Amino acid sequence: MTDTLAPTRPPAVELAGITKRFPGVVANHDVEVTVAPGTVHAIVGENGAGKSTLMKILYGMQRPDKGSIRINGEVADFRTPADAIAAGIGMVHQHFMLADNFTVLENIILGAEPAKAGRLDRKAARARITALSGAHGLRVDPDRLVEDLGVGDRQRVEILKVLYRGARILILDEPTAVLVPQEVEELFGNLRELVAEGLTVIFISHKLDEVLRVADAITVIRRGTTVASVTPGEVTAGRLAELMIGSELPTPETRESTVTDTVLLKVSGLTLDQPDRRRLLDDVSFEIHRGEIVGLAGVEGNGQSELIEAIMGIRHATGAITLDGVDMGGWPTRRRREAGIGYIPEDRHRQGLLLEASLWENRVLGHQTVRPARKGIWIDRKAAREDTARIAEKYDVRAPGVDTLALALSGGNQQKLIVGREMSGEPKLLIAAHPTRGVDIGAQAVIWDHLRDARAAGLAVLLISADLEELIGLSDTLHVILRGRLVARLDPGDLTPERLGSHMTGAAAEPDEAGAS
Amino acid sequence: MIGAALRRTLITAAGVVVAVLIAFAVSSIAIRVAGADPFAAIAAMFDFGVRPIDQVDSVTYWINRSVALFIAGLAVAVGFRMNLFNIGVEGQYRMAALVSAFVGGQVLLPAPIHLTVIIVVAMAAGGLYALVPALLKVYRGVNEVISTIMLNFVAIGLAAYLVRGPFSGRREAGRLATATPELPPSGHFPDANFLITMFGLPAPRGAGLYGFIGVALVAGLVIWLLLERTRFGFEVKASGMNSDAAVASGVDPRRMVISAMVLSGMVAGLIGLPEIMGRNHNYGTSFTAGLGFLGIAVALLGRNKPVGIALAALLFGFLDRAGTPLQFDGIPPAVVEIIQGTIVLMVVIVNEVTRRIVLRWEERRAAARLGEVPAGAAA
Repeated sequence: MTDTLAPTRPPAVELAGITKRFPGVVANHDVEVTVAPGTVHAIVGENGAGKSTLMKILYGMQRPDKGSIRINGEVADFRTPADAIAAGIGMVHQHFMLADNFTVLENIILGAEPAKAGRLDRKAARARITALSGAHGLRVDPDRLVEDLGVGDRQRVEILKVLYRGARILILDEPTAVLVPQEVEELFGNLRELVAEGLTVIFISHKLDEVLRVADAITVIRRGTTVASVTPGEVTAGRLAELMIGSELPTPETRESTVTDTVLLKVSGLTLDQPDRRRLLDDVSFEIHRGEIVGLAGVEGNGQSELIEAIMGIRHATGAITLDGVDMGGWPTRRRREAGIGYIPEDRHRQGLLLEASLWENRVLGHQTVRPARKGIWIDRKAAREDTARIAEKYDVRAPGVDTLALALSGGNQQKLIVGREMSGEPKLLIAAHPTRGVDIGAQAVIWDHLRDARAAGLAVLLISADLEELIGLSDTLHVILRGRLVARLDPGDLTPERLGSHMTGAAAEPDEAGAS
Repeated sequence: MIGAALRRTLITAAGVVVAVLIAFAVSSIAIRVAGADPFAAIAAMFDFGVRPIDQVDSVTYWINRSVALFIAGLAVAVGFRMNLFNIGVEGQYRMAALVSAFVGGQVLLPAPIHLTVIIVVAMAAGGLYALVPALLKVYRGVNEVISTIMLNFVAIGLAAYLVRGPFSGRREAGRLATATPELPPSGHFPDANFLITMFGLPAPRGAGLYGFIGVALVAGLVIWLLLERTRFGFEVKASGMNSDAAVASGVDPRRMVISAMVLSGMVAGLIGLPEIMGRNHNYGTSFTAGLGFLGIAVALLGRNKPVGIALAALLFGFLDRAGTPLQFDGIPPAVVEIIQGTIVLMVVIVNEVTRRIVLRWEERRAAARLGEVPAGAAA
C-alpha cells in the first residue's frame, strides 16, 4: 500500500554528502540517505557509528560542515531544532522527556499551549489530541498522570507530542530499547498506521530482526559513513550485521553449566511496603549458587530496582538476605561491598559514575575502603591509577589516559570501566543490572566474555536486563518479576523471547495477548 | 604535552583572573557614576603610604585581614565541596570567638597549653554550633541554608546577651561597651613581626602581624590533605558530585552531612581567633563581624581549593584595605563593596563558562584520541 506513493513525490528527506568534523575526529563523512515519503526508513549501525550525530544534524542540533539537506525536495538549512520542527520534523528521544506529575494532555501541550485570551485552552487541546490519537491509532487517556503509565504508553505520549507540533517526519531514536516484545508489536502497528496516513518515519536501531520486520528501507552506517542502502527483502540479519560491524554477531550463549551446590546468596521473604499503594516487593525468595547466573526478567518498574537496592543495602526491606551463609541484615552498603558484592547499577550516570571526576577517581568509587584504592586513611593515588590502567587494558576502555574525565568517554567505554571496576577484587556476587545497555556490539561481547569467565571461576551473578536475548542466553536460571512478586521460574534452555515476554506482562496463559499494564 | 589535570587547573585559574578583570571594568562604570575617576580610584587602592612605616602598617593590615578571610573561606569550602551551603559560618565563628575568649579568660595556664586550650575550645564551639543544622538536616530534612541563616540571628542575639550577662567581664567606669574578661598574657598569641623586621623594615605599629597566620597556614594544609588525599575527602567529593552514586558506593550520606558540617564549623571557630588572641584579647563590641559572609565569596572565588582560597583572601583583603585610601581621595569607599560584589557575580558566571570549556575540551581530546584507533576494532 504505502510504497505506491513513493515515486510520484520527491523524497521526504534527502541527505547528500553530509560531513561533520569535530576537532581530531570525523563523526560523519559523505553520508547519503534518501528517505521516500510514507515509509519506515531504518538507520542501523553500532553505537558510536555516527547515527546520533547524523540525527542531530537532521534535527537542527548540529550543522554539517559539508553536504546538503533537502526536505520534500526543498533545501533546508537548520540552525536550531525549532527550524527543524517548523519544517515538520519531530524527534522521539530514547529517554522519555515527560513530566511525571503532569497528565498526558498537559505533557503533550507543554511548550505549545493553545491559548484563548491569554488563558490555557484545554478544550481545544483535548479536541486536537483526541483527533490525533484517533487518526493514528495512538490510544491513550489524556487525563491520566504520566507517572501511572507504562513504558509503551509513555512512548505513545512522546509520539503524540511531536505529532501535536505538526510533525510529518518522525525520527525515533532506539524506540524499542525499553519495550517488551508485545509492546514492540504495538509500536510497530502504530508506525504502520502513521505511514499509512502519509507520514514518514525514520527508525534508528541496532536490533536487526526488528529492523527487518518493520522497515521499508534500510541504510547502514559504519564508522561515520553510509555503507549500504538495502531493502529488507534482499538481506538477512546476518548480512546486515556483517555490514554493520564487518564480522559475525556475537551471541550471549553460555556453554556448559558451572553451577555448584554452594548457595551463595539466599533471599527469603523480602518485602518492601509503600504507604497506601501496592507493595514494591512482595515476599521475594530465591537463591543463587556459586558459578550460577540467575536472570531476573520483568518489565521495568516491577520491583527490579527495589530488589537490587535492597540487596545492596541502599533500601531497607523486611525479610532475610544471607551472603555465603552470613545474615546481612542491618549491614550498611559499605559492609556489603566489602564482603564481596560487585554492583553494576542500572543507570550508570546516576549511580555508577562521577562524571566530572577522572577515570582513576571513578575506579576508587565504591572501593574506597579496600585495597588497592585505600592505604590507611589515605587514598592510594598511585595504586588507583595503575589499577585503572590495568582495567583500561583488560576491558578495552578507550580513553586518552587515567586523568580523563569520565564524561568524555562514550557510553560503552564508561560501562566497560564500571564492569572492570566491579569485577576487580574478586567479588563473590555480582549484581549486574543492564550490563550491556547502550553498549555497542564489540563492547557487548567483551562484557559477556568477562561475565562468563567470572562465572566459570565461581562468581554468582544476579542479572537484570531488558535485552531478552541476553537474559535467556546468559542465565542458568530465570525468574520473572511482576508487580513486586516472583511469578515464574523458567528454564532458559527452552525459552523464546516471545514466551518470556508474555510471562513478563502476566499474560503467560494466552501467549499472544499483551495483557495488563 | 601537559597533563590533563594541570591543564584543567590552568583553564580554571585563567577564568578566575578574567572574572576579576571584568569585575574591575564593570565597577569602573559604578565609580564613574559616583562622580570619580576610575583610574584615580585604582591608583588610590595601590596607595600604601609614603613612609616605610606607613607602608608596613598597610601591608600588615592587608595580611591580617586576609588571614581571617582565608580561614573563613576554608570553612565555607569544606561544606561547598559536598554541596552543603553552610551560610552559618558567620554565627559559628561568633559563638566560637565568644566562648573561647570567655573560657580563655577564666584559666591561667602555661602559654603553649593556654593557646591550645583557646583554639580547641573555639573549634569545639564552632563545631557544636554547626552540629545543630547538620542534625536538623539529617533527621528532619531541614534545608541547611534556611537553618544556618536562622541560627546566625540566634548567634548574634545570644552573643549580645552573653557578653552583657553571664560572660561579661569588669565594666570600665564610664564606658558602655562590654566585653568578656581580658585574656591573661599567656593567652596572647605572639605576633609575627619578625617576618617583616628580618627584611630590615620597621615593625608595624599596633598589634603587629598576627602570629596566627602560622595556624591558618597549617589549617590550610591540613584541609588540603584531608580533602584531596584521604578517603574522607574522596567521600566528600563523591557526595558533592553525585550523591546517588556515593550512596551506592557505600558512603553513608547522614554521616557525611554531619561530619562535613561539623568540620566546617570547627574551621569557622578559628576565624575570630587572630583578632581575639592577637589584638583585642577579649570578645567585645569591637569584634569584627561579617567575615563569615565574606568567606562565602572567598570560597567561591578560590574554587574551594586551599591555594585558590588563599589568593582570593589576599584579593579581598587588599580591597578591604583600599577603603581607607579611597576615602582620603574623596572616592566613596562603598566602591570596594561594589567591586567585591561584582567579582562574586562574575566568578559565578565565569565558573560556569570555564566548566563548560573544560568539559568540551575533555570530550574533544577523548574523541580525538579515539579517532586514531579504528572504531569497531574490538571483538
